Amino acid sequence: MSSQIAAITNVKTGAISEAVYEHPFIVRLCHWVNAVALLILVFSGLQIFRAFPSFGAKIPQKDLLHWPKAYALGGWLGGGLQWHLTFMWIYIGTGLLYIGYEIFSRNYRQVLFTPRDIRGVWPMVHHYFFFGPEPYVREAYNPLQKLAYTSAILLGILSVITGVAIWKPVQFSWLAWLMGGFHWARLWHFAVMWAILAFLFGHLVMVVLHGWNNFVSMVTGWKKDPEYL
Amino acid sequence: MTFRTDSRQFKRLNRRELLKLSPVLALGAFAIPKLQKPLLKAGLGFSDWASARLFRSGHLAHTFADSEVTPFAKFPINDYDVDDPGIDLEKWTLTVSGSVQKPGDYTLAQIQALPRFRQNTRHVCIEGWDVIGRFGGARLVDFLKMIGADPTARFVEVECADDYYESLDMATARHPQTLLCYEMYDQPLTREHGAPLRLQIPTKIGYKQAKYLTDLKVTHVLQRAGYWEDQGYSKFYGM
Repeated sequence: MSSQIAAITNVKTGAISEAVYEHPFIVRLCHWVNAVALLILVFSGLQIFRAFPSFGAKIPQKDLLHWPKAYALGGWLGGGLQWHLTFMWIYIGTGLLYIGYEIFSRNYRQVLFTPRDIRGVWPMVHHYFFFGPEPYVREAYNPLQKLAYTSAILLGILSVITGVAIWKPVQFSWLAWLMGGFHWARLWHFAVMWAILAFLFGHLVMVVLHGWNNFVSMVTGWKKDPEYL
Repeated sequence: MTFRTDSRQFKRLNRRELLKLSPVLALGAFAIPKLQKPLLKAGLGFSDWASARLFRSGHLAHTFADSEVTPFAKFPINDYDVDDPGIDLEKWTLTVSGSVQKPGDYTLAQIQALPRFRQNTRHVCIEGWDVIGRFGGARLVDFLKMIGADPTARFVEVECADDYYESLDMATARHPQTLLCYEMYDQPLTREHGAPLRLQIPTKIGYKQAKYLTDLKVTHVLQRAGYWEDQGYSKFYGM
C-alpha cells in the first residue's frame, strides 16, 4: 500500500508528527452521501412498512410490530415511497461509484476481508470485548474492521437486490424466486435493513471510542498520529 | 511516500480537503420546504421513466396453479370510497371515446363476445400485501382492435362509477395479460370486486386495476393519470 505520509513540523514547538492519507476523496464523498441516503431509506422504508406491518396474509392480518408515525419519514405511504424511490437511486449511485473506484484504484486491498485476515479476527475480538492485549496492526484497518466493512458492503448490495425484487417482482421474477418468492423477498429486505442498522450501531460506538483524529480522517482524508505507523 | 510539511500548511491542506466535500451539502436542498416537493416529484418521475424502460412487452407475469390461488373469501376488497357504487347492471355500458374509429357505448355482451382468457396471477397492493387470484375476461388489446384504437396513441384512460379514474401506458394496455375483467374465480364479478367490468393487470400494482368501469378513452396526451397518482403515487408503477 503506497499511502501518502506527511511529516509535519509544528511551527511553534518544532516537534514533528505524522499523518497518513487514509481515505481518498471519492471514498469520503460516497461515505457521506451514502450515509444520508441510508438514513432516509431506513425511515421512509419504515413508513412504507407501516402501511402493512405484517409478513403474512392480509386476511386475517397479524401485525409484526407497530412502528410509531413520528419515527417515519414522508407523512404517509405515498410520501414515504417518494423519498424511498428517489433516494434509492442516490444510494445505488454512490454504491456503484464506491465499488467501481475501489476496484479501479486497487484501494479495495485496504478494506476487503480475505482469508489471510481470518487469523487476526479472534485477537481483535479478545481485545475489544474481553480486555485482551491490543494486537499489533500494521494497516489502516485491522482484520475485525475489514470483516465489518466487507460485511457492510455485502449488506448494501443485498439491500439493493432484495429491494429490486419487491419493486419489480414481474420483470425480475428470477430475483424474487431466488429469495423464495415475493413474500420472502419482502422479509429479506426488512431483515437486511436491521442487519445494516446493527452494523451502524457498532460503527458509531467504534467512532466514539477511537476518537477525534479517526473521525476527521473520514472528512479530510488525513489521519493524524495513526497507531500503526 | 513521505513528504515534509509544517503545521500551518497541513491545516490549509486539510481545509481544502474539507471543502471538496461541499457537494454533500447539495442534499440539504431536500430539507428546504419549497424545493422538497419538486425534487421528490423529479425523483419519482425518474423512477417511473426507468420502470417504463424495464417493462418488456413479451415478458409474462408468473401464472399459478389452481391449488396456489388464495381462497375467494380471503381476497381483500379495496376501494377508495364505496364498496358498491350502485350500478344498474342491466343498463350498464362502457362509453368509448378519444382516438378510436368506433366510439360509442359498448355492452358487456359485446366485450364477452371477444375471446375469453382466464389466468391465476398475483395481485400486489402498494401497502405490501399480495394475493393470488383467478381472473377471467377479454384482452384489452383485443378490445382496442375492436374499437379501432389509433395505434400511435400513447395512453388508455378509464373512469369509474365511483368517480375513481386511472390510466395505462399503451405498452401495458397491449400486454397479453392485461384484461378487461368480468370474472373472478369463474363467476361473474361481484359488486365489491368491481361489477360488471374492471381492469386486471398482473404487470401493474393494485391501485391501477380500476373497478366499476364506465368510460374508456384512448389518447395521445395524458389528461389525468389517476386518483392515487394525483395524491402522490407513481404514475407508472409497473411490477
